[in-house]
Amino acid sequence: MLFTSYEFFGFVVVLFLAYYLLPKQCQWPLLLAASYLFYAAAGPQFLPYLLATTAATYLAGRGVGRNLARQSAYLKEHKAELSKEEKKAYKDRQKRIRLRWVAFCLLVDLGILVVVKYTGFLLSNVSGALSLLGWTGELSFVSLALPLGISFYTFQAVGYLIDVYRGTVPAEENPFKLALFLSFFPQLIQGPISRFGDLSKTLYGPHPFDRHTLALGLQRVLWGYFKKMVLADRVIVAVTTLIGEPGTYAGAWVPVGMLLYTFQLYADFTGGIDITIGLAQALGIHVEENFNRPYFSKSLKEYWRRWHISMCSWFRDYLFYPLSVSKAMQRFTKFSRGRFGEHVGRRLPVYVSTFTVWLATGIWHGASWNFIVWGLLNWAIMMVSEELEPLYERFHSRFSWSNGRGWQAVQVLRTFGLVCVLNYFDCFSSLGTILGLFASLFTASNWSILWDGSLLELGLTGLDYGILAVGAAVLLGVSLVQRSGSVRAKVGALPYPARFVVWYGLFLVVLLMGAYGIGYDASQFIYNQF
Amino acid sequence: MEQNAKKRVWPKVVLSAALVVGSLFLLQRLLVPKYVDDIIEGAFIAEYYREERKDFDVVFVGDCEVYENFSPVVLWEDYGIHSYIRGSADQYIWQSYYLLEDTLRYEKPDVVIFNVLSLQYNESQSEAYNRMSLEGMEWSPAKVKAILASMTEEEHFLDYVFPILRYHSRWSQLTPADVEYLFTTKTVSHNGYYMRVDVRPAENVPGGRVLADYRFGDNAWKYLEMMADLCEREGIQLLLIKAPSLYPYWYDEWEAQVEDFARERGLPYLNFLELAEEIGIDYQTDTYDAGLHMNLSGAEKLSRWLGNYLTEELGLTDRRDDPELQAIWAEKIAAYEADAQAQYEYYGMTEADSRPTDAGEGI
Repeated sequence: MLFTSYEFFGFVVVLFLAYYLLPKQCQWPLLLAASYLFYAAAGPQFLPYLLATTAATYLAGRGVGRNLARQSAYLKEHKAELSKEEKKAYKDRQKRIRLRWVAFCLLVDLGILVVVKYTGFLLSNVSGALSLLGWTGELSFVSLALPLGISFYTFQAVGYLIDVYRGTVPAEENPFKLALFLSFFPQLIQGPISRFGDLSKTLYGPHPFDRHTLALGLQRVLWGYFKKMVLADRVIVAVTTLIGEPGTYAGAWVPVGMLLYTFQLYADFTGGIDITIGLAQALGIHVEENFNRPYFSKSLKEYWRRWHISMCSWFRDYLFYPLSVSKAMQRFTKFSRGRFGEHVGRRLPVYVSTFTVWLATGIWHGASWNFIVWGLLNWAIMMVSEELEPLYERFHSRFSWSNGRGWQAVQVLRTFGLVCVLNYFDCFSSLGTILGLFASLFTASNWSILWDGSLLELGLTGLDYGILAVGAAVLLGVSLVQRSGSVRAKVGALPYPARFVVWYGLFLVVLLMGAYGIGYDASQFIYNQF
Repeated sequence: MEQNAKKRVWPKVVLSAALVVGSLFLLQRLLVPKYVDDIIEGAFIAEYYREERKDFDVVFVGDCEVYENFSPVVLWEDYGIHSYIRGSADQYIWQSYYLLEDTLRYEKPDVVIFNVLSLQYNESQSEAYNRMSLEGMEWSPAKVKAILASMTEEEHFLDYVFPILRYHSRWSQLTPADVEYLFTTKTVSHNGYYMRVDVRPAENVPGGRVLADYRFGDNAWKYLEMMADLCEREGIQLLLIKAPSLYPYWYDEWEAQVEDFARERGLPYLNFLELAEEIGIDYQTDTYDAGLHMNLSGAEKLSRWLGNYLTEELGLTDRRDDPELQAIWAEKIAAYEADAQAQYEYYGMTEADSRPTDAGEGI
């Protein structure tokens, strides 16, 4: 059930009516039923994966939670009689039990993810490696359809369990409540990757009807549809053409493709998240923001603090930190300091940890080498940038103009350009193709395509480009206004006729200019595939 | 206090709702195709409802082979037969059936004529043709069933209920006609007949390509059976015809199946391809698109022959003594002749160039 389908609109209308008309204690069970219905609509064959992940996570969470409670009670009861060593030994024993639960859960949750998403990729690489050794056979594995949103709900499940293990959230006792946390339909297929501690505060209600909350939520939904249906699903025609024929669309077409794809990705993903957060808000549920005007970033590092925030913070909290403080890393730090000196010895473990994180980030995005290279390129650029930091500081202290707005604009544009280049790796699974396209930039003799009308060959009319240009300007304008506070709050402060014109006008723009219905392909959100 | 606040809110809500509904209605009216200029075939189905006297002796249902090949004006002028063509482009048999059901909400004609070419399709082929057949129908259970039976995979029922969803992007293709006919329309057919006076001889008509299977599909047969049953139940004579269009190719295997069906059900069946010579159709002068459809000359010849058949074989009576009908038809004939003259001028022709004047010519 696409967010942009009539079925989804019908589903939401019926759900909202029931949600606010039924007794408040029915709200979260209703959401659970609706979420599973929503998921089943994508294919009932995917339900067992979600159920298995939920069951394993619940059992492990309960196991860890009970163990923590037992440990706490035991230590309290035997506080006086146990020596420090005995307490430590007891705690170590309990920790091992908890770790077994965590291992069990990770095995199931990540095991499912790896099997359905990465087995084909792994086997093709093993086959490739063996063929280099002269082996002529081919390893194959039954091709499994990728369950919708599996990367998102798996990460959410793992995050929950680690939080329970760390004692930052209590284990959820009600399996159905945990099932709702993992399957909450607005965020099920493209995130954000919510934390149990955040989402559970409002997920289970009760939520009395409040028209202001409903209106605010629906306004956000409308804004999301504008981005998705008017902009992303319009530009997709040109992007599909460009990436569909890399042999034809090389040279000067490459920057065009990078720019259009980056625009599509932004409108599609942020639009989808707007719909998610807006729907949740209309239901009285708070979902954390996933973006913070990422294209205003002055460096790649800053960009990754502002783009897909929930994923980046997930990798930071559940991979980078544990890895950095792990015993193995401590030993490595000690070793590298002794071997390479203080400076390099201090930096090397950081490199290793961040390398691991970006390798995982690349793999998370897709089971192919282009995503892995994309992740590692991000890592390499940020590491080089960090190493050059002292140089930048000297530059800034010597040239005062480099602290002004003009230079900041250059930094923003530079980062945006860099992101455009990196994003293009998403589009081609063959590394050879991508490198060939980038190489074609240096030998290009077709720059006239930028002004001789060739852009109209991509399936977009002049009017489409006009709509996209105006749309981009609106996005930019809204982002600029956002810096001083919520745009919806600012609109909300206007007199009623002005508010009506703004929101009804936006509705009409989506209605009349949205890419939907006959003649338009229903486009799934890009991040659904992750 | 709270009550006062509520009192203040309601006018805003009502006014806003009125603005939303009103503007959406206007936008929808503006955006839906008017079918008055270019592709006028989309307007035919709706025109039926504007008829003053819906007590037709004969109602045609079918595709372009009925609305381009038969002239109700000739049937009236020469035989006093009050007829109407509920035809539309590429009208599929399930649409013909539900159009017949829809027609029966208003009247019970003596004869229903169905052109069998559409039996070749077992499912709808094109959303655009669906639209031209279905949009003009007034809302009724027949229309709902027709839509459900016709929708292709890409279509959605809601698009028929709220056409603005279908035509939302037409704002970039609006013409002055969309504004001119925002709330009105004009009659573009002559009782469902689409007139063309120009001539393009039939030359090098392609033969039929070999088909893997010549059997009509189950769905097509189902609706033909339903049509025969409905007519039988209502006491209506169903007349099956195959118009004398040379293309699309009419296969012998198809002909045999229709003949068998007509025989089994005791229905009359006229294949005008076989009767073309007897009727006097000259494919050098009587077609405007190289044999696909008749021009005015061909349609009038065909209608004269059919009128005679309806009178002689099916016993239809002359109603020219009905003064009200006379008055209605006088207007229609005037519009018909004016259209013909306008077209002759447009194509640089004279009436004598093509149009037979003798009643009964070719019979």
